[in-house]
Amino acid sequence: MEVQVTVNGTAYTRDVEPRVLLVDFIRTHLGLTGTHIGCDTTSCGACTVIFNGQPVKSCTMFAVQANGASVGTVEGLKQNGSLHPIQEAFKEHHGLQCGFCTPGMMLVGSALIAENPHPTDDEVRWAISGNLCRCTGYMNIVAAIQAAGAAGEGS
Amino acid sequence: MYPPSFDYSAPQSLSEALGLLGQLGEEGRVLAGGQSLIPMMKLRLAQPGHLVDINGLKELSYVRRDNGHLAIGALARHVDIVKSPLVPGASKAMAAAAPWISDPLVRNRGTLVGSVAHCDPEGDWNSVMLAVGATVVAVSSGGERTIPIADFVVDFFTNSLRPGEMVKEVRVPVPAGASGGAYHKLERKIGDYATVGVATHLELDGGGKISQAGIGLTSVHNHNLKATAAEALLIGQAPSDDLFKAAAEAAAAACQPSSDVRGPADYKRAVVREYTKRGLAASLAVARGEK
Amino acid sequence: MTATHPRTSPEVGGIGHSVRRKEDSRFVQGRGTFLDDIVLPGMLHMAILRSPIAHGRIRSIDASAAQALPGVVAVVTGELMAAHKLAWMPTLSGDTQAVLATDKVRYQGQEVAAVIATDPYIARDALPLIDVDYEELVPVTSPQQSLGADAPLIRDEKEGQVDNVAYTWESGDKASTNAAFAKAARVVELATHYPRSHPAPMETCGILADVNPATGQATLYMTSQAPHAHRTLFAIVAGLPEENIRIISPDLGGGFGNKVPIYPGYVVATAASLLIGKPVKWIESRTENLISTGFGRDYHMNGELALDEKGRILGLRSNVLSDQGAFYSDAQPTKFRAGLFHIVTGSYDYPAAYVTTKGAYTNKAPGGVAYRCSFRVTEASYFIERLVDKAAHEIGMDPAEFRLMNFIKPEQFPYKSPTGFIYDSGNYHAALKMAMEMIDYEGWRKKQKERADGKLIGIGIASFTEVVGAGNSREYDLVGIKMFDSAELRIHPTGKAILKLGVKSQGQGHETTFAQIVAEELGIPALDIKVMEGDTDNTPYGLGTYASRSTPVAGAATAMVARKVREKGRQLAAHLLEASVEDIEFDLGKFTVKGTDKGVTIQEVAFAAYTNHPEGMEAGLEDVCYYDPPNMTFPFGSYIVVVEVDPGDGTWKVLDMVAVDDCGVRINPMIVEGQITGGLTEGFAKATNQWITFDEDGNCIGSNFLDYLVPTAWETPKFRLGQTVTPSPHHPIGAKGVGESATVGSPAAFVNAVVDALWSKGVTNIDMPVLPHRVWGAINGVEAKP
Repeated sequence: MEVQVTVNGTAYTRDVEPRVLLVDFIRTHLGLTGTHIGCDTTSCGACTVIFNGQPVKSCTMFAVQANGASVGTVEGLKQNGSLHPIQEAFKEHHGLQCGFCTPGMMLVGSALIAENPHPTDDEVRWAISGNLCRCTGYMNIVAAIQAAGAAGEGS
Repeated sequence: MYPPSFDYSAPQSLSEALGLLGQLGEEGRVLAGGQSLIPMMKLRLAQPGHLVDINGLKELSYVRRDNGHLAIGALARHVDIVKSPLVPGASKAMAAAAPWISDPLVRNRGTLVGSVAHCDPEGDWNSVMLAVGATVVAVSSGGERTIPIADFVVDFFTNSLRPGEMVKEVRVPVPAGASGGAYHKLERKIGDYATVGVATHLELDGGGKISQAGIGLTSVHNHNLKATAAEALLIGQAPSDDLFKAAAEAAAAACQPSSDVRGPADYKRAVVREYTKRGLAASLAVARGEK
Repeated sequence: MTATHPRTSPEVGGIGHSVRRKEDSRFVQGRGTFLDDIVLPGMLHMAILRSPIAHGRIRSIDASAAQALPGVVAVVTGELMAAHKLAWMPTLSGDTQAVLATDKVRYQGQEVAAVIATDPYIARDALPLIDVDYEELVPVTSPQQSLGADAPLIRDEKEGQVDNVAYTWESGDKASTNAAFAKAARVVELATHYPRSHPAPMETCGILADVNPATGQATLYMTSQAPHAHRTLFAIVAGLPEENIRIISPDLGGGFGNKVPIYPGYVVATAASLLIGKPVKWIESRTENLISTGFGRDYHMNGELALDEKGRILGLRSNVLSDQGAFYSDAQPTKFRAGLFHIVTGSYDYPAAYVTTKGAYTNKAPGGVAYRCSFRVTEASYFIERLVDKAAHEIGMDPAEFRLMNFIKPEQFPYKSPTGFIYDSGNYHAALKMAMEMIDYEGWRKKQKERADGKLIGIGIASFTEVVGAGNSREYDLVGIKMFDSAELRIHPTGKAILKLGVKSQGQGHETTFAQIVAEELGIPALDIKVMEGDTDNTPYGLGTYASRSTPVAGAATAMVARKVREKGRQLAAHLLEASVEDIEFDLGKFTVKGTDKGVTIQEVAFAAYTNHPEGMEAGLEDVCYYDPPNMTFPFGSYIVVVEVDPGDGTWKVLDMVAVDDCGVRINPMIVEGQITGGLTEGFAKATNQWITFDEDGNCIGSNFLDYLVPTAWETPKFRLGQTVTPSPHHPIGAKGVGESATVGSPAAFVNAVVDALWSKGVTNIDMPVLPHRVWGAINGVEAKP
């Protein structure tokens, strides 16, 4: 089936079987490997992308469902050669260790601060409760997202 | 990891969708949020031959007030319920339950109607629907019919839809007078299913007595359970700690939890008892305007 | 240099600076190179068929339908592997493990066959088309059953194996320990099971095996925490010439010990690539990761503490029954069959201990040493800290006071333990007192008494001593390879540098912290130093990263190699400054003539190494160091947790937690704190919900993330961190390593807190995970399994 989808602002047209998961489409068909696969039960959020403005688990959608949609992945955070405030904040606040959950965390974080630039600890933890991390213990991820929100204001 | 092959259609109108479902019969499956269906397909526990993707039917994406009830369309996502300004005023039990459905990413895609139709006894929404006395609106190419939720939830992953039918809308009656509700969910972590869930709904008459009572239980039977005996104890009575304790005992007695990794049956029963008490107390406080 | 004030400037970024990580740039842009990101032309995809049952004989395998599926290139069975003498392989513990099952399957999830196809979806489609006829056998689902009289023999293929015992091992002195117990005023007992848990790094394990028929080169991209050791083992097992094997361990999405074993999938993919002549990629699913790869723990421990009339410890007896799964495959130093469990004597001063251990085969996945355990130190630390807490409660003494009374005193270091460890340095009193002050211990004890709303408060302490940095060559080897580690350093003409290491980060920040060591020694900015790991063709031979050994061993090697380079630098400086070498001093990146202000920078010296070196000296400025650590290092700490228990439903939550760690000198404080926070979360996870268990048929419960419960940010508490700094006297930079301390020390703190809350209700122990129904059952005097 033909799928026409805009990813990070670029339009793509591909032919895929209906059963191809959106995450595999992004990684294999489009070669964007920043979106990761961490589980097989829709539990971990490593595959998070922004789908028509909302963070979703791309392992639990079929690529054909993205026909006509707009998808944002981690590769789209950097704009015009500049890192997004959330990327800067994750670096500054040691919000990552192995980096595998990081794209998902940053996308969820960026969606949160777009809506709520000054989230409390609990609000951040609630927002990222669909994304698992094994390395950091979450504290620095929370700090990074809050810092990005504070920095983003006025930029 | 990956589902087997299937056919896929993305109809652009409800009538097109219903036409397809009518033709496909048992082979056809509605794809809305997909947050329950797709994981099952990936594990090959469900192998539908043809998916009918209704995500293009934008007219089904609504949460609105219609004639004394809250109408939730088939494409209203869980997050839409969480964010809707109409929900807290219409149903406190719904407002209490919505944030606790799965996790925030799943809530962005999954739908309330899909959850209701799925009839997973460990799903939260049907306990709330049973407690508040919701109605399901089913459509097919042959027409439309309404089904009270207690008749709709038949058994383990089994609803009363006929082949070719899908759920278009769920209606939640909005109480006229003082009302309150709660949802107490014991879950091991965000994203897990309830070990035990208790939905409570109370309406008070002008004299402060209980005019309506609803108690819906999650994960303690092979379908979401309406604790009718417990409800009957409450209706017409003046609220009191002893009354709530008796209702809680009745709810605990009615459930049939299984012993599994989430705990032994006796424990789950004890939690039903405890959470029913807490839920009724919380619902009463809301109804009385104390919260 | 003191432990707390960096000597170098922030621009140089030596020890003590929280230099922002150099590796982050690629990760935040989604440009890391994880195993599954690597694509080679003509690459095929492998999927593994696994046993659905825990114990059974294989009657027949019919792969014809799978082979006929369009897109399937080959189906590999145990028979084919056996023809190439690869159906079995040696393990890191001297046993053998099935690569693909031939005679029997011995655990649910065991590898039975593999499909190689043009597409991963097709490979999965083919799996159910392989028809395996099993004769089911009685499964052995516990070590107790395994050692019982009627237990079926699991390893019937092993010559001379007559029972299900994998090993026995002991440590300490039986006679003196018995004597200590004989004069005890009181004996405190504890029996506890530390359940099976799994590292579950966010990235699962995998390999892209490229055995190139034209060049004869085998390039194996592999999720490996120990690429050099793996390469040597591949050479021995697969009979491939070692010089033709190149293992490249790329960016790893976490390891935690899960990426130390050699898995059957790696061997099958390599064999498939060899036979087919194309690259073969195998990346396991999460279910495969949880059901079959190296788990951690599953130790049944019981023991006793002998006390005198004042509550001072006289001796310890400890006995372990270990559930090893179907193969004894965990990684530990050859000499120590139960890893470093004999650190179970803990932070306390007493002369007598006797430890006995036995490993039993069961019909479960093999493993045991993983998940930040420091070679079984997690189990040991848990046991002693639970036992000590129980002792304090039984004699009615405050658990903090009990510990302070029994701690090894600072002046007693280096301290020889009854099981033969020589603890390098420590100050346990300072750490515990700091933790008590930070959390307001007295305040919480008061609140605990005064609480009247039905909820129960509990306070739990754990004061752990870790043993890491394996290890000196007298005692430590992994399958015969000594446990040194290595660093190779070259300074470029422009004064920048490249450092190559024998270890392999999985997120610990080596690209930054090891550069900081060089920055400290040579004054070259850390950001100017490229750090390479993981490619066996391009790094010196090392034993890899696990058991918190990188800083103690490779970190030492790095400091030493930098000093070697600095020494040559002095000679170059003497040449440049026309002075004698004895008159050249070095500090903060500059070589100066003693007593003058004449000097040259390290960068000028580097340039001279290539453009102006003296006659008789080799050009270049580089060296390599293979470091044999003289001893282990002993990080330590005290953690205190306050919990609130709801008797209504048995749930409990953390109200406050303080963690005071002492890992000696901290190279990068920010990274150290990150390691600790991550480890505390793992301890919390195991204490609350995160375990793998089995039903009586040997079905694995915990084989996906719906059943194996990794905590989210919502459940995970906030932690407050403190530090003391007691350098290691034998380590070149005084650092001890910290990667596993928090995972080692914290579980007991959580459990001690819950038991403390419930002690007055007669509860003396609840095993992990401390599930709500266990708490409820304990309060109500009801046995509430599981």
